[in-house]
Amino acid sequence: MSARRPYMRPMRGWWRRDPFFVRYMIREATALIVAAYALVLLAGVLCLAQGEAAWNGWLTQLRSPVSIVLHVLMLAVMIYHTYSWFEIMPKTMPALFVGGKRVTATTITMSGLAAAVAAAAALLALAWMLRP
Amino acid sequence: MKRSNAPVFWGLFGAGGMLSALLGPMLVFITGIAVPLGLVLPRDFMSYPRMLAFAQHWAGKSFVFAVIALFIWHAAHRIFHSLHDVGIRTGAVAKLIFYGAALLVTLLTLRALLVIGF
Repeated sequence: MSARRPYMRPMRGWWRRDPFFVRYMIREATALIVAAYALVLLAGVLCLAQGEAAWNGWLTQLRSPVSIVLHVLMLAVMIYHTYSWFEIMPKTMPALFVGGKRVTATTITMSGLAAAVAAAAALLALAWMLRP
Repeated sequence: MKRSNAPVFWGLFGAGGMLSALLGPMLVFITGIAVPLGLVLPRDFMSYPRMLAFAQHWAGKSFVFAVIALFIWHAAHRIFHSLHDVGIRTGAVAKLIFYGAALLVTLLTLRALLVIGF
């Protein structure tokens, strides 16, 4: 064992001190749900490749009450992800100028959220048109 | 100077973040709530023949691949960089585990989509 033990500042609970940090941590934590949903879909694709019985097994699991509750929770987190993604977009994208004036943060966030609502509506409309 | 690989991971993170912000909520609603309960969309919306045809079509195949791969790269990058915030010291091994997991999910998706055929 090394004799030298450098001081390491404890990290426990630092983010609970400030609502800004709490929002940051919740925003980062949405990635857990994005990953979980990707794995749900991966399971579906793997089942689809295995054949009809495996696919129907995956569908049956999706109909279970546990799955429904988890998906409702995932939906809530996913909506928060959408909101927070566009909330920080003014800071993550390069400054945008229109007619020599800088586009305000509020405009960027609102445009992003409007695009998200439009994309969701378009996806649902497409699914509706493709229904059996 | 050695080129940094950070822009690649940042790019995948950004693309996955944008795609999931735009389509994530509605996808979760359709596949996890609406279709299983027969709300808005019929329950046989995702029946085997229909989903097989969807995954065999180039557009459906690309969509499924883009969603799963970009979602997982987004999440892996974000979770990896959050480890520091919860007091976990990371290095090359942690990076290999997180991006390796994302790569594994990507390759599994790709292989399944190829098995499904065209």
